[in-house]
Amino acid sequence: MSSAPLLSVAGLRVGFATEDGIIQAVDGVSFDLQPGEVLAIVGESGSGKSVTAQTMLGLTRANNARIEGSVALAGEDLTAASDEEMRRLRGERIAMVFQDPMTSFNPVYRIGSQIVEAIRAHRPDTSKGQAEERVVELFEAVGIPNAEQRVDDYPHEFSGGMRQRAMIAMALALEPEVLIADEPTTALDVTIQAQILDLLGDLNRERNLATILITHDLGVVAEVADRVLVMYAGKVVEEGTLDEIFYDPQHPYTWGLLGSLTRIDRPRPHRLPQIAGSPPSLLDLPEGCPFRPRCPHEFSKCSQYPGLEARVPDSPSHRDRCWLGPEEKREKRLVEGQIGLEAPRQGQQA
Amino acid sequence: MTQFIVRRLMGMAAVLFAVSVIVFVVFMVVPKQNPAQTLAGKNATPLLVKSIEEEWGFDESLPVQYGTMMKKVFTGELTSYKPRLPVSDRIIEGIPATFSLTIGAAAIWLFFGLLLGYLSAIRAGGWLDRVLTGVSIAGISLPVFLLAPVLIYVFANKLEIFPNGQYVEFGEDPVEWLKHLILPWITLAVLSIGFYSRVLRSNMLDVMNEDYVRTARAKGLSERQVMTRHVLRNSLIPVITLFGLDFGATIAGTAIITEVIFSIDGIGNYAAEAVAKFELPPIMGVALYGAFFVVLMNTIVDIVYAYLDPRVRLGETAAE
Repeated sequence: MSSAPLLSVAGLRVGFATEDGIIQAVDGVSFDLQPGEVLAIVGESGSGKSVTAQTMLGLTRANNARIEGSVALAGEDLTAASDEEMRRLRGERIAMVFQDPMTSFNPVYRIGSQIVEAIRAHRPDTSKGQAEERVVELFEAVGIPNAEQRVDDYPHEFSGGMRQRAMIAMALALEPEVLIADEPTTALDVTIQAQILDLLGDLNRERNLATILITHDLGVVAEVADRVLVMYAGKVVEEGTLDEIFYDPQHPYTWGLLGSLTRIDRPRPHRLPQIAGSPPSLLDLPEGCPFRPRCPHEFSKCSQYPGLEARVPDSPSHRDRCWLGPEEKREKRLVEGQIGLEAPRQGQQA
Repeated sequence: MTQFIVRRLMGMAAVLFAVSVIVFVVFMVVPKQNPAQTLAGKNATPLLVKSIEEEWGFDESLPVQYGTMMKKVFTGELTSYKPRLPVSDRIIEGIPATFSLTIGAAAIWLFFGLLLGYLSAIRAGGWLDRVLTGVSIAGISLPVFLLAPVLIYVFANKLEIFPNGQYVEFGEDPVEWLKHLILPWITLAVLSIGFYSRVLRSNMLDVMNEDYVRTARAKGLSERQVMTRHVLRNSLIPVITLFGLDFGATIAGTAIITEVIFSIDGIGNYAAEAVAKFELPPIMGVALYGAFFVVLMNTIVDIVYAYLDPRVRLGETAAE
């Protein structure tokens, strides 16, 4: 993992001016994405995960938006790129799959022609016929049966799962280097969710496609991610490898997210635990740690917001923003009810 | 599709029947005066009234009278009372003028309405949008009976660029045809230009927030492609519907005031004349002609709608 990162986000801040004040949707997010890696960004609605993703594509550029920091793709700073440069990069080098496949296709055009449109926007000299052949190939690659016929169907003639497959086919059309999947399974049935996640995992392995998976569901993360970034109120509150986050979560917010997962390896609780309260308004953040009002372990030090630092001994990649020491955390976690999988798998990384 | 057309034709027949009954009933029942008396004049002898009654069949029962009238409608024998002229001839004579007026005005209002609406939407919130919004609202607020005299005063009487009325056949002199129609076209189009630009603007602003527009941007389409192929295309669907209905209504009679003010000898003028003289046969003829076009345009709108939006399918029972 010492090679140059494919995508490097540094100190990214995105604010939107509204009538009520500036909403700092993303506040100092940094991460690197290696080729072939799956990075999950996790958080509740309003945590800034989607805005982070859309900013990478230049989709948040607007008169009322203030974007600071940098997003570098293979060393090239995208925040400085012109609108036309960004347009050429979208779909071609970074592609995106959106949450709701029901509304993400234009209802008045055939699905195939919407993918042809994407191909020809970047390769104008591709003939329509060639582009259509390519769409059939893509449909087969993402597992849409009867690809030849289905390309001529309208979006409403597709089921939700098939539509999301078509959406992924569209994202793959130009063989991008990075795929951003923004809640790709949220709008789907559980069984279909698993299929789509398998598909994303396969694509990542077979094509070495670097993937950013945005979700609020740690269950989804567990299936495919290599590394996890947990966001809260615009900031990264914890980051680490999949194992670090699942076996030794450091931030009480991460405990909350893990605690609200259904687990088949535990007796079923009477009621699924949930995180008390709701995310704070970005216009009126509490002083210090923004999770403080919802955190059962709050103490005097929490009126100051800790930096994102590695606090677990011997895990330099595992960083979090909580004042509690790792040992205190382990105790509190046990008290709170067995959050995280037991027995940190130390020495198993080999 | 065949099933759809058959159903539509039946619907059309039903509407026309209803319109004819309503017109007939209103005319016969409401005035509470013998139409023969009206025709004969104030100082007519009872004998004259009687002979007129017999001649026109006013002494028959209402259903019989209605039947006779409908028979005349279908055989083209319907004539006005005074002077006795065939109604169908007048309507056919009026068609070139009325169609020239309404089709030309519709083309103008559609073109400018969409152009202004599009510009307004892609510059939403900017100064161009504000100016166009002001212009549109002014257009919507201008009534025809005010706009037309002002146009005539300025462009016909003062500047003498255009004639102040009348209609010249296209076949006779295309240049004069155009010159005579420009002011009436503007009169008829201004309100709709304002209205259509507002409707398109608000549709486009709605569509811009759709997920598929974000998808279109995310796949790297240029801003112009996003706006025309995705935003405009989808925003036009309701506008086309509106246009079909408005166009039908304009042919059917909205043009009456314009035709009267500009002395255009079209169907609107004929309708105004018939109502002023309170003669049933021309009123009936004009009402049926108008209803026919309204229903026809409705049907065309439904067909076009299914073509524009693939989720709509005609004549099939809904499967989903």
